[in-house]
Amino acid sequence: MLDNYLPIFTLILIAVCFAIGSTVFSGLIGQKKPSEVKLAPYECGMPLVGTARERFSVKFYIIAMLFIVFDIEVVFMYPWAVMFKRLGMFGFVEMGVFILILLVGYIYVWKKGALEWE
Amino acid sequence: MENLVQTALNNVNMWAIMPSIILVCFAMGLLLINAFLPRGATKPAMWISLIGLAVTAFSVISGWGSPQYGFSDAVALDNFATFFNVTFLIAAAMTILMSDDYIRREGYPIGEYYPLILFTTAGAMWMASGTDMMTIFLGLEVMSISLYVLAGFFRGDVRSNEAGLKYFLLGAFSTGFLLYGIALIYGVTGSTRLSEIGVFLNAHPSLLSNPMTLAGIMLLSIGFLFKIAAAPFHMWTPDVYEGAPTPITAFMSAGPKAAAFAAFLRIMEYCFFSLKPEWTAVLWALAVLTMIIGNVIAISQTNVKRMLAYSSIAHAGYALVGMVAANEIGYSAILFYMLAYTFMNIGAFAILVLAGKKGEENLTLEGLSGFGYKRPLLGVAFTICLFSLMGIPPTAGFAGKFYIFAGAVKAGYIWLAIIGVLNSAVSLYYYLRVMVYMYFREAEEDYSWVKVPVSVVVSIVIALVGIFYLGIIPGAVMDLARLAIF
Repeated sequence: MLDNYLPIFTLILIAVCFAIGSTVFSGLIGQKKPSEVKLAPYECGMPLVGTARERFSVKFYIIAMLFIVFDIEVVFMYPWAVMFKRLGMFGFVEMGVFILILLVGYIYVWKKGALEWE
Repeated sequence: MENLVQTALNNVNMWAIMPSIILVCFAMGLLLINAFLPRGATKPAMWISLIGLAVTAFSVISGWGSPQYGFSDAVALDNFATFFNVTFLIAAAMTILMSDDYIRREGYPIGEYYPLILFTTAGAMWMASGTDMMTIFLGLEVMSISLYVLAGFFRGDVRSNEAGLKYFLLGAFSTGFLLYGIALIYGVTGSTRLSEIGVFLNAHPSLLSNPMTLAGIMLLSIGFLFKIAAAPFHMWTPDVYEGAPTPITAFMSAGPKAAAFAAFLRIMEYCFFSLKPEWTAVLWALAVLTMIIGNVIAISQTNVKRMLAYSSIAHAGYALVGMVAANEIGYSAILFYMLAYTFMNIGAFAILVLAGKKGEENLTLEGLSGFGYKRPLLGVAFTICLFSLMGIPPTAGFAGKFYIFAGAVKAGYIWLAIIGVLNSAVSLYYYLRVMVYMYFREAEEDYSWVKVPVSVVVSIVIALVGIFYLGIIPGAVMDLARLAIF
């Protein structure tokens, strides 16, 4: 049974060796001309704005959570759509109920002002 | 494939989940209504949630004696589930009755409080009626996540925040244990259906000593023992119970604890009956440890809420004795005890709600000085609840403990019963001390007691009626509990 894992182990071994090897060799062989900009941490290729350890507004988290909730909704619809014909009327009604529940959540979120940025 | 879909569709039985459908519909409607009501208007929410609970209770009780099975046996609304569902609904109703004035007083008149309690109750109901690991897990999650929010409901209060966060982190951790246990058991037996697991394990005795099976049972048990706050998984209880809003503490110690017992009982009995001698031996030790830790540490507490938290650990220990006994009377005694505990504990907390003023400054023993004279009727009610928690006849607590220990003796666990009774004797000390402060200490002169709202009084009256009904004629309910077990 363990034989089946041999290719995976080989792959992991090669990957690890390659990662370590290329880092070590570029450190040994490569030329070094440090400057202030080069030594700064990488931040999207833009000049640094400030420290990375800042506090973020809770608004970001709310948006992220809402995204997940409504994103999952769509994810559930894919398997349902594949089985739509077989599930028939029952599946249709069930999905309607599911969307209705999410609609309740959507109206609630909207009314509570969680979708407004300011 | 075609056949699988057809079978699944034919096995749907909406009647098996009808009570929770009703409850969840009420909860969602309430959420919508709350979104459109002005902030602070919590009275309508309270009434609607009470109506929701009443309608659900009607639907639950009318199903007594006619079990419904649905979703390919993933859900069973049998007498066992019905008995527990009634317990949850009573707990939720009493909690809601004592809450409205309290959340207003503490400055959080937020309507979402009530739907969250309803969702918690619905989750508890799924746990009690789940006959599939996944259904039980789903119920546990719905129940727990609503409870995490409720524990941290006073978001400006540091202790409430601590309670919410601590409960969430540790609860999520214990859920991980539970899920890992489910995964291992699934790996061994190839099923998440409780009865199928039981049959499979019984048919393959060699699997019973398989490390994977044992590890699975262990991890599963840890998940549930955490939820029922049994030692050594009780560490979260005092902090969470102390920090959470008082009505939520009351609810947590009754409803969700009973739900965890229901699911634990069903899983152990359905899946692992072939290993009964082994797991009762483990639970024997845990029951003793839980009783001793709960009772002994409660002695040194000066905060009444914290003391009741430790007492709730001790009571989980008493109920575990019923599981160790693992016979008819032991199991039905757990059902009886959970109902009795709901009445006496929530009753005691309802009075604590009226004893504390804003910010809960005086939930210490000192703060209760003279309570018995300033508020004579409440003092008597509190005394009755505490007597019931001690297990003095003719209260519900006595009848519950009597049945629990009778079950243990009948199963041959004489020593366990003796340890239990000795522990009850220890508990007299800290319960009686509350009364000493209430009746033998002078009250501070310039003390502003909160006014007594009618709804809290209703909650207390329900508690007292329950305590005396279960205490004086326990046979009626005990017969129902006997019909409810498998």
